[in-house]
Amino acid sequence: MSLPLIKRERIFAAVLIIPCILFITVFAFYPIGYSFYLSLHRIILSLPEIGQPFVGLENYRALLHDKVAMHSLINTFLFVFISTFFELLFGLVIALVINRQFKGRGFVRAAVLIPWAIPTVVSSQMWRFIFNDKYGLFNFILFGTDVSSYKAWLAEPVFAFLAIIITDVWKTSCFAALLILAGLQTIPDELYEAARIDGASAWQQFRKITLPLLKPALLVALLFRTMDAFRVFDLVFVMTQGGPADSTNVLQFYGYKKIFTEGLMGYGSTISVLVFLISFAVAMLYIRFIGTKLFKETA
Amino acid sequence: MNRLAFYIVTTLVIFFSLLPFLWFVDTSLKTEIEVTAIPPVLLPSGTLHFYRSSIENYNLLHYVKNSIIVAGSVTVITISISIFTGYAVARLRLKYKGLIMGALLMVSMFPQISIAGPVWRILQSLGWLNSYQGLILPYVTLTLPLGVWIMASFFKELPSELEDSAKIDGCSHTQTLFKIMVPLAAPGVFTAAILVFIYAWNEFFFALLIMTQQEFQTLPVGIALFQGQYTLPWGEIAAASTVATIPLVLLVLLFQRRIVRGLSAGAIKG
Repeated sequence: MSLPLIKRERIFAAVLIIPCILFITVFAFYPIGYSFYLSLHRIILSLPEIGQPFVGLENYRALLHDKVAMHSLINTFLFVFISTFFELLFGLVIALVINRQFKGRGFVRAAVLIPWAIPTVVSSQMWRFIFNDKYGLFNFILFGTDVSSYKAWLAEPVFAFLAIIITDVWKTSCFAALLILAGLQTIPDELYEAARIDGASAWQQFRKITLPLLKPALLVALLFRTMDAFRVFDLVFVMTQGGPADSTNVLQFYGYKKIFTEGLMGYGSTISVLVFLISFAVAMLYIRFIGTKLFKETA
Repeated sequence: MNRLAFYIVTTLVIFFSLLPFLWFVDTSLKTEIEVTAIPPVLLPSGTLHFYRSSIENYNLLHYVKNSIIVAGSVTVITISISIFTGYAVARLRLKYKGLIMGALLMVSMFPQISIAGPVWRILQSLGWLNSYQGLILPYVTLTLPLGVWIMASFFKELPSELEDSAKIDGCSHTQTLFKIMVPLAAPGVFTAAILVFIYAWNEFFFALLIMTQQEFQTLPVGIALFQGQYTLPWGEIAAASTVATIPLVLLVLLFQRRIVRGLSAGAIKG
């Protein structure tokens, strides 16, 4: 009780954050380290009698020679690039168009949020059904009643990959649009008025005012979408199971299969570590671009 | 010209946003024969056959129950912890704030696979695989970044006069937090709760690993694993999907403004 006020405040604050620190330490940071530890051992869940022999970097050497893993790595990158690109592009267009006062704006916003709110498993099943070879809406829209032309879209490697991207873009473009919209609304109208008085065209206004001022919002949307795309799993699990012929296999799905289907806890953990390192590097890169604003904002 | 473009794009966006889901709702109201008709039948006869079947043959209500238990508990726990942490970070003197928020940001970006194996092993050694707490604990961890971020940004906007006068009137720190600050930040609590609930309701990856027994599985796992004897039970999948999605659609319709606000909290305040 005799402690000075400032000191008491510090103690109170420290006590308040304990539960949060405990959770993220035990269930997030410790597991990261533990994944690295596991990746240096040979652990096969179905063979507990071999124990956990330390094998050094052997699992990593095997990973480099694992063609499916490298293929999944490339697929993951392709998926991240293509889907994020289209999500931001559509997001920007949608945001620019609906950035105005109009009747029923709340309804539009709600309609746009629905794909985002739908569980990914559900949207995956929905699109899987739309691309179904016999009963699918996609075949019906393309070929009408000409049943003989119906295709099994998800059985074609290139299209299966596209289908996953389409589903992801469908689900999250609008989310990107909302983030970008929030950024658009911070741009003061006076800037546009001044530009109009100076005789700037709509395109010039977009290039010289909208884009530069929108950069922070765009980068944040890009960061969020990229990190989320790296985690792609539900779509692949439900729609294609990584097939056909590994054409839609991505790292998170491959790692899941190695660890939990095949029980290769040691080898699978190298994939966990790889995915972590890649996404960490990408996040750092973005955060350097965005600057430390994100941290300062709350610090 | 501009107006025309606006109407065209808006209509297209609404159309494409809603079409796939409406098609699934449509499918869930068909009869067995209509679902497997080639080419597809557009208008259903409006029977609830598949809803009954997914309850009777696929234990739909069981999944619903598990999802409510898990998502509900996660929301309560995450929000409580987020209130504490968000308040400490936003309004109190505390060292290493940047580090804490950075760590949380990092957690929000972890690909789940990078912690999946160890989390599974920890739960296994505790005997908590196939138990509610086994799924609730990782979910709380993964939703904390969102919760703390939102709460911190709401707490920060409150005027400090109230806090100061509470202190002058002799309120302890705990009293100030619970009697003054939390009620004022109620909109933030509510926003964070909606988002955390949606996350926990929708999560699939950890639910798949941790809940291997049907008894404990949540809706997403159930829907992903529905299997018929010979073919996929599309009608039942569509019915269960509709059931899983309706609460979310309601949340979105009622609270879209809050949700948007919460999603951009902290992220877009350049």
